[in-house]
Amino acid sequence: MAEAVTTAETTEGAHSHHGEPDFWSKYIFSTDHKMIAMQYMFTGMIMALIGGYMAYVFRMQLAFPGESVPGYGTVTPLAYNSLITNHGAIMIFWVAMPILIAALGNFLIPLMIGCDDMVFPRVNRLSYQIFLLSAIILIASFFVPGGGFGGAWTAYPPLSAQSQYNLTPFGAPMWLLAVALEFVAFLLGGINFITTTMNARAKGMKMYDIPIVVWMIVIASILFMASVGPLIAGAVMLLFDQVLGTTFYNPDAGGDPVLWQHLFWFFGHPEVYVVLLPAMGVVAEVITVFARKKLFAYKTILYTTFATGILSFFVWAHHQFIAGIDPRMAHIFTVTTVLISIPIAEMLFCYIATLYGGSIRLTTAMLFALSFLAEFLIGGVTGIYLGASGTDIYFHDTYFVLAHFHYTFFPIAIIGFFTAIYYWFPKMFGRMMNETWGKIHFWGTIICFNGIFLPLFVLGMGGQHRRIYNFNNFPDLATPEMQDLRIFATWSAVAMLVFQIPFLINFTVSLFKGKKAGKNPWNANTLEWVAPSPPPHGNFAEMPVVYRAPYEYSVPGREKDYWPQNMPD
Amino acid sequence: MIESLIENVSTYGGNIDGLFTLITVIVGFWFILAEAVLFYFIIRYRRKKGVKAQYVTGEKKKEHNWIAYPHYLIILFDIVIIVGAVMVWYKVKQDLPPADETIRVTGRQWAWVFTHPGPDGVLDTADDIEMVDKLHVKVDTLYHFQLESKDVVHSFSVPVFRLKQDAIPGRVITGWFEATKTGEYDIQCAEICGIGHGIMAARISIETAETHQVWMDAHGGSAETRRIAASEKIDQGKAEDNNNG
Amino acid sequence: MSFQAPLATSRSVTGLPTGRLAIWWVVVSEIVIFGGLIACYVMFRLRHPEWGEYASHTSTPAGALNTFVLLTSSLSIVLAHQAAAAGNLVKSFRYIWCTIGGGGIFLLVKSYEWTTEISHGYTLFANNFWSFYYTATGLHGLHVIAGMVIMAIISIGVRKGEHLPRVEYIGIYWHFVDIVWLFLFPLFYIAK
Repeated sequence: MAEAVTTAETTEGAHSHHGEPDFWSKYIFSTDHKMIAMQYMFTGMIMALIGGYMAYVFRMQLAFPGESVPGYGTVTPLAYNSLITNHGAIMIFWVAMPILIAALGNFLIPLMIGCDDMVFPRVNRLSYQIFLLSAIILIASFFVPGGGFGGAWTAYPPLSAQSQYNLTPFGAPMWLLAVALEFVAFLLGGINFITTTMNARAKGMKMYDIPIVVWMIVIASILFMASVGPLIAGAVMLLFDQVLGTTFYNPDAGGDPVLWQHLFWFFGHPEVYVVLLPAMGVVAEVITVFARKKLFAYKTILYTTFATGILSFFVWAHHQFIAGIDPRMAHIFTVTTVLISIPIAEMLFCYIATLYGGSIRLTTAMLFALSFLAEFLIGGVTGIYLGASGTDIYFHDTYFVLAHFHYTFFPIAIIGFFTAIYYWFPKMFGRMMNETWGKIHFWGTIICFNGIFLPLFVLGMGGQHRRIYNFNNFPDLATPEMQDLRIFATWSAVAMLVFQIPFLINFTVSLFKGKKAGKNPWNANTLEWVAPSPPPHGNFAEMPVVYRAPYEYSVPGREKDYWPQNMPD
Repeated sequence: MIESLIENVSTYGGNIDGLFTLITVIVGFWFILAEAVLFYFIIRYRRKKGVKAQYVTGEKKKEHNWIAYPHYLIILFDIVIIVGAVMVWYKVKQDLPPADETIRVTGRQWAWVFTHPGPDGVLDTADDIEMVDKLHVKVDTLYHFQLESKDVVHSFSVPVFRLKQDAIPGRVITGWFEATKTGEYDIQCAEICGIGHGIMAARISIETAETHQVWMDAHGGSAETRRIAASEKIDQGKAEDNNNG
Repeated sequence: MSFQAPLATSRSVTGLPTGRLAIWWVVVSEIVIFGGLIACYVMFRLRHPEWGEYASHTSTPAGALNTFVLLTSSLSIVLAHQAAAAGNLVKSFRYIWCTIGGGGIFLLVKSYEWTTEISHGYTLFANNFWSFYYTATGLHGLHVIAGMVIMAIISIGVRKGEHLPRVEYIGIYWHFVDIVWLFLFPLFYIAK
């Protein structure tokens, strides 16, 4: 086997220069990992705009209930439910997942492990096509009679199972089908990521030479694979309940609605880590490069990741403390949930310790990476209130929960994405982004983000519950002080959306007019910076060989403060 | 801390608020410490001409202690939080002190139906008082509630009690509360239950024994009329939603 | 559209063929899917002792026959793999089609069972036991059909002497399908 590999590697040069493919095979039906990554990324960005627009509409409704929302119209309760449901589902399944796992995984894994593509390129293409189909079905579901599904992204039956309750006879099954297809797409993609990293690494790259972001994406794929199965089975059962009329979740006919909650959260909690880990990986790459520091305790970070991943399978019922589960179970899940703070805190400590003694350059990418740490900490510590069963009685399903998980998901999906895009844009498109506009975008986004969600913590503590389209129906919640906080949060959200315009302009202009980037504009160590920018089909003119770990920055006794993985000495 | 935003009028609300304060102190300490160190490092180690970054692997025992000691402290604090959480949970949800009176709470799309036991203090008798979206209880009286749902999952939430419990169709879930103060407050549905979730508001009226008696005298035996009123209100709500939808 | 296999497909850092690694990960993700479904069924079953009575209406002899058929077909796919490894393409081709035949018999017996049960009124909607029964055996049946189709495609390659390791991979998958049945059979047929 080894001999066969050597022969293949030497014939590499010829392989990357075959004829120019036409438009369809280059952009639409490509099997090239970079093109598939771009397909995932742009689909994810479009979906993010849709999800952001939904957030704008329902925030306006909450701030100015009953008034016509500019660019949408009057928000009916049915539409409101559909907007919040699909905002949640889109942001997690069609933004965070495709961008952080699929786009970054596809783009980075082959480049960072020194390879020319995924081990199953055609499975990869199939994965994107299924994903695209799922996105189309989801969007189509907004326009069928009855409108899009409005039973929250958690889709608890019987509400989600029977159209007499949810009033969306077509929207609900289409939504569920879209989610199930998305799962299939990511199972296929995940198998590709895992096997590629196991089997297609460059010569000399040992386990601990793999960049953290690759590890994180692979571990996330394994977590996804191990947790989603029961929910796929559960989704089939729910689809049967919706479409055929079986009674798996129907209590009137001996079914059990709480069963779905277990299946959903058995997946739902590991899912948090599925999207968190790639973002943590991105941040690790960026802070090491811009602090010119070796990653602090690489192996410890890996072990804490494993520990977090394993623990995440034993915490799911903390979403169901007050859902009628046996009260004694709550104790067990409180213990496991609070214990998860140990590996996560240790991981964050390692990240902060990495900055010690560094030579920090605050580029836009670095600012986003550092803000990830600062903001995610808020999300992390507020989670303790919800993992502790005693306080969760009060906080469950309030805006406190909502603010908490936006302080985790926003850093993950949005800040994580911006960190990655500002950092890898030169590699993806061969040009640099504008730093000044980048910094305007950064400060605008971060300040407005806090302006949205800090008031929501206060509202949650004041007893305001989620998914209510008009708080005027609740005398205790209709006070002017609370309404002022809602209006403040809404204007912050609008301002944050406006601050994405500089990004979109910067992105588009830089794509065509940006300063040309060399192979390695940030003086980074990892293998993707060995390839030309943007990497051609086949990635490397000559397949790199790895001699050392990825974070050898500022090694004493060396003239340069970086030491690429492929440099023999 | 929570009391400054919303009153606490139940016997166990104080425990939950106390636990909240305990957790706030602990995580607040860690949060401020971590953010302070993070910002200190960012400012202290900004790039300077001619200063090269240090080479720290984090693999040496001494370096590793930087994170190992805080780590042990976290375990210690975690245990404190867990003990607090378990104690509060036990009191509110697991332990069921003997009831002075029992009521039934039924959630349905999109109203709360409260069945008061009436003058005889026993549920499911002719003198039960059924009310829609209005719960009358006596102060300083320990109530058991039997929570049911007619259709989908609802959640019975009384923020001033710090109480919340999902209503699961096909099950009867029993819980308890005891009010410490008179007044009128919100009851919310905390679990999305369809397009009327946003109008599923009810009020709880906490009364002295005398006022409660007056109310009971006024409504006793008129359960039938109440029921009619209830169905009318729900029909009206549905019509409203249909118009909106 | 021509497809040129990238260099990545020829690497093998772990020393194991990539296809074998991938098929094991496929099996892992399938295990959790079936595992979830079976766990749900078991939870219901423990709460509903009356389901034992419903289970007595499934045909144990038919199930036993199918168990025997599937186990035999697992043996034949192992023999196909051995033959392919030894370079005996004709023999391997025949054994693959034996396996496909086994799958065919399985489906025939299955459709006989379903027809009988449905004609007795035990449809998908009769009660949750039957819903589980049709969902679980139906999902399993789909896996059998998928396996048969893939085997037919592989057999064409075997004839030409191409992609021989695929015989091993489909064998791993087929064993998995077999093992799932070994869980379904006692749970739905034997336990009364």
